[in-house]
Amino acid sequence: MANAQLKERQETAAPAIELVGISKAFGPVQANKDITLSVARGSIHGIVGENGAGKSTLMSILYGFYKADAGEIYIGGKKTPIPDSSAAIAAGIGMVHQHFKLVENFTVLENVILGMEDGPMLRPSLAKARKLLQQLSDEYELSVDPDALVENLSVGHQQRVEILKALYRKADILILDEPTGVLTPAEADHVFRILQGLKEQGKTIILITHKLREIMEITDTVSVMRRGEMTATVKTAETSPEQLAELMVGRKVLLQIDKKPATPGADILEVKNLEVTDDKGVKRLKGISLEVRAGEILGIAGVSGNGQTELLEVLGGYMPASGTILINGTEIDLTGKHSDGQSRRKRGIAHVPEDRQAEGLIMDFAAWENMIFGYQNDPAYNKNALMMDNAAIRKETAAKMERFDVRPPIPALQAKNFSGGNQQKIVLAREIERNPDLLLVGQPTRGVDIGAIEFIHQRIVELRDEGKAILLVSVELEEILSLSDRILVMFDGHIMGERDPAKTDEKELGMLMAGMETNGGAN
Amino acid sequence: MDTANFFLQALLTADMTIRVSVVLIFACLAGLFSERAGIFDIGLEGKMLISAFFTAAVSYQTGYIWYGVAAGIAASLVFALIHGVASITFRGNQLISGVAINFLASGLTVVIGHAWFKKGGLTPPLSDAERFHEITLPFADTLRDVPILGPIYADVISGHKLLVYVAMLIVPLTWWLLYRTRFGLRLRAVGENPASVDTAGVSVVRYRYAAVLIAGVLCGLGGAYLSTSQGAAFGKEMTAGRGFIALAALIFAKWRPWYALMACLLFGFLEAISNLFPNINVFGLFEIPVQFTQALPYILTVVILAGFVGKAIPPRAGGEPYVKER
Amino acid sequence: MDKMPRWADVVLIPLISLMLAFIASGLVVLAIGENPIQAITVMVKGALGSTSGLGYTLYYATNYMFTGLAVAVAFHARMFNIGGEGQAAIAGVGATLVILAFDWPHWALALPFAIMGAALFGGFWAAVPAYLQAKRGSHIVITTIMFNFIAAAVMGFLLNGVLKNPNTQNAETVKFPAGAHLPTAHEMLAPLGINFSKSAPLNISFLLALLCAFLVWFLLWRTRLGYSIRAFGQSEKGAKYAGISAFKIIMISMFISGALAGMLSINVVMGEQERLIKEFVEGAGFVGIAVALMGRNHPVGIILASILFGMLTQGGFELLWEMPNISKEVVLVIQGMIILFTGALDYMVRGPVEKLFLRMHKGA
Repeated sequence: MANAQLKERQETAAPAIELVGISKAFGPVQANKDITLSVARGSIHGIVGENGAGKSTLMSILYGFYKADAGEIYIGGKKTPIPDSSAAIAAGIGMVHQHFKLVENFTVLENVILGMEDGPMLRPSLAKARKLLQQLSDEYELSVDPDALVENLSVGHQQRVEILKALYRKADILILDEPTGVLTPAEADHVFRILQGLKEQGKTIILITHKLREIMEITDTVSVMRRGEMTATVKTAETSPEQLAELMVGRKVLLQIDKKPATPGADILEVKNLEVTDDKGVKRLKGISLEVRAGEILGIAGVSGNGQTELLEVLGGYMPASGTILINGTEIDLTGKHSDGQSRRKRGIAHVPEDRQAEGLIMDFAAWENMIFGYQNDPAYNKNALMMDNAAIRKETAAKMERFDVRPPIPALQAKNFSGGNQQKIVLAREIERNPDLLLVGQPTRGVDIGAIEFIHQRIVELRDEGKAILLVSVELEEILSLSDRILVMFDGHIMGERDPAKTDEKELGMLMAGMETNGGAN
Repeated sequence: MDTANFFLQALLTADMTIRVSVVLIFACLAGLFSERAGIFDIGLEGKMLISAFFTAAVSYQTGYIWYGVAAGIAASLVFALIHGVASITFRGNQLISGVAINFLASGLTVVIGHAWFKKGGLTPPLSDAERFHEITLPFADTLRDVPILGPIYADVISGHKLLVYVAMLIVPLTWWLLYRTRFGLRLRAVGENPASVDTAGVSVVRYRYAAVLIAGVLCGLGGAYLSTSQGAAFGKEMTAGRGFIALAALIFAKWRPWYALMACLLFGFLEAISNLFPNINVFGLFEIPVQFTQALPYILTVVILAGFVGKAIPPRAGGEPYVKER
Repeated sequence: MDKMPRWADVVLIPLISLMLAFIASGLVVLAIGENPIQAITVMVKGALGSTSGLGYTLYYATNYMFTGLAVAVAFHARMFNIGGEGQAAIAGVGATLVILAFDWPHWALALPFAIMGAALFGGFWAAVPAYLQAKRGSHIVITTIMFNFIAAAVMGFLLNGVLKNPNTQNAETVKFPAGAHLPTAHEMLAPLGINFSKSAPLNISFLLALLCAFLVWFLLWRTRLGYSIRAFGQSEKGAKYAGISAFKIIMISMFISGALAGMLSINVVMGEQERLIKEFVEGAGFVGIAVALMGRNHPVGIILASILFGMLTQGGFELLWEMPNISKEVVLVIQGMIILFTGALDYMVRGPVEKLFLRMHKGA
């Protein structure tokens, strides 16, 4: 009876959230383009999309972090401007961020009341919160010890605190940004039970995720975002993972690259059972095994944050791990005690890191100084034990800049003054011209203009054709598909499967990237 | 040394410990507020110095101690505000801002004092009306004859100047403010994870300014005590590194108020014995040089900082300007 | 894209900050009822108007060059060495021990060994905080401050004890042997027919300071160690990628920093006092922070900034005679203002200048 009434009210009431024509640009990048979205009260609405599709920007606008360039927000049918977080809270919106906003050495109770205290004294607020927490934990399986320090809680429990914070603020609308990214499967299931319970109480939930299994399992409706646009909103019951994957990645135009079939040789890199646990105790790599052969490009696809970064850092020599790695048949040290980026380079590994601005380049250094970054100890760049041979480095830099078409070709220019594409060419020129046995490449064309993309791809293929092994990590499926000779898909710290680029498509890869098994693994 | 004499010496030491600890307590609590909110403050020294000067100068000029204290606090607040503008509004380097404040204080006190009183940077000695008086607590004289406890009450606890008792009261007050009020909760959160406060819809900047200004008031009191209670005039560089000892005490106390009191008393005790008993002979075996006692606060702080004995973890957001990110 | 041209960053902004600092200091002078223009004229004349004045100016500048370079080297590795004061003091002990160990036949023999003694002791006094930072995560600013005070205690202990000259009441060592006397500017310039003031303490250490400035430049921009130091300072993450050891960089850069600060003792203890006294550093360690900030952590800038600060210090003493109402501590006010405007309030100056250039850029 009560349920029937509730249902009726939901159907007649205005949508919990209505976004009309939301647009937001960061400089030349259009993060959100004319987005219109309506979420019914008491439903769980999923938002899926690839990296950079604009999901987080949209939610940040809704939570008052960014101001939209255009568009309107309606909460419960009423036009509600949200200039800052407190306005969002007042409008009944709660957000559980991907990176928790908790004070680690506060107790759970203190975290819950922070910013929502009832008066200048804490005691009444704490007592009230304690009672409410008890109530909430009984209702929604949200039990946490109210007096525990947050730093002593598991990640799963910390997330519960974030949910409790939102509920304590009387949030009717709860936004969760990639809530299961750091959780174990059991913890993830638990969160979903909590969300289900919240929904039954009439709360509206927006779930941002790239995991299709979660979408299918828990949402009522789902929106797909691609390149800043809302491409579709469908009822979950009426769609399939395949359709969503296709909507998510789109029909990608394969970049045409002159590429002969690979003629792979011996194993250059062998990785066995690689495991990495980060400083928060979260397992980032859960037993990775792979090999890369001479003369082939192994592409690793996946949504970022699924362990690719850690894999590259371990191979690059600056993240300790356990497991076994062989380079040309010789085992290398993984503890970090006897090895670093230098010893890896001596082994013939060159590395184009994912983040060229923070790692691959020193932004305040001149191009010529960057051209030897990581190889500063090479005798070729040093006159004697003490002095660097700056003249020789400048000369070599000028030659490399010409060969890699870096513009402007001025060795003395600081790295920060080059465009993204030209910065990347500097890094590539440095690493490729070392003539390495194994090249690690992370996101080679992120933030790079079209012209440079083609150039960079060609260089990578050329290196392959010279018989070198290449490990390519990219979140761009088209890049993976057009460059790779074999494709591995990483999801949640392990490898979902291997595919042959000739026998697979974006749809299948999209499924794997979202953690859904496909039956194409037989090839 | 017979027992009675030893007891007398102990009383004397205890009394002096309290006297010299007061400045440390004010400065240490000032640092506590500031650093708990995420703003490093190595300008405690400078703020105390400028307040010591203006308290003495205005007190002398007006003949009224409270005008002096008000002027001292105001001067310290101006410096606190400079620190706030530099490190909160303009997101400058908090350490460099602190160094600048110490320079300015060393310079301004002497330049202004010299021009004002023509005494080479000193203020004239203050008369009784221009200083704080000793306060005799009730029954101090009647209870003096009670064995042991009597003299302790009469000589160690009673007979201090007003600001001594103020300092002792500010410790529990600070504890209460930090751990029992909304203001304290938010202030501590701002120093640990400003994003948590920001996402809760509360202004980080406001709380950081509040903390920095409270530090200004407390340093003001510390400076006032120095020139009108512990001393009877302003002297060049009269803080003599006490702002830094207070900083050491703050680390030693791991940024907690009651422990701060203990640390200040301990460091005050070391100062007292180095004043009273320069070289201590240990059982006739060897002598502890006075310099060792003087350096002990700093050595202890380094040991604590290095984590050899219980690691001191500073507020996590300390020293970092808050830049809003998503 | 750059927000503004390089010259604006290197020349314009420091000049604006410097001007603001002088205006603010001028207001202070005005407030005590004196004429700031007259004051600055007296200071400049006092600092440069005679060979004696110039000799003092450059003598102080020598100190500031050493401590400024010390701060700068550490800064390039993103270490804030605020302990120059203590490092210079302890270095004085090192130099003194070497000088008093032998009856040196000639200064040319004594000097290199004294330099080594000073560098070793000063470097060590910086290396301990560096080790604690690199291995234990102890904040280098706090530990170096603590080490300043510990150094003061050590100095007091030694100069009242084993190193004390038994024949005086003062806490000082015996006078150094005559063979360790460093040539003064007067002695060096006399053969060239230049009559330089005999009273000025300027000595050969000034050339040592210039040499150090050159060596620091050489280290930072010509050697791969300097390359690694700068890379580490710019991006710790990048250094990790490149395989540059954080421990090594922190230790080496801080040791060099302490050694440079220690060179101050060659100028003051060996060159001027010719004995070790207790408080010979006199705040030069802290002035080094201002010098490095002002000189944008580049040796050329540091040389110019030290001379400016040397002029201020010497000019401050001159005020005493000409304008007795202004005390020499006005120099501390100016230094404080310079640190404030060039350091802590950098963004306040930079922001509007950047905007201005952006507007000009758009307009063009």
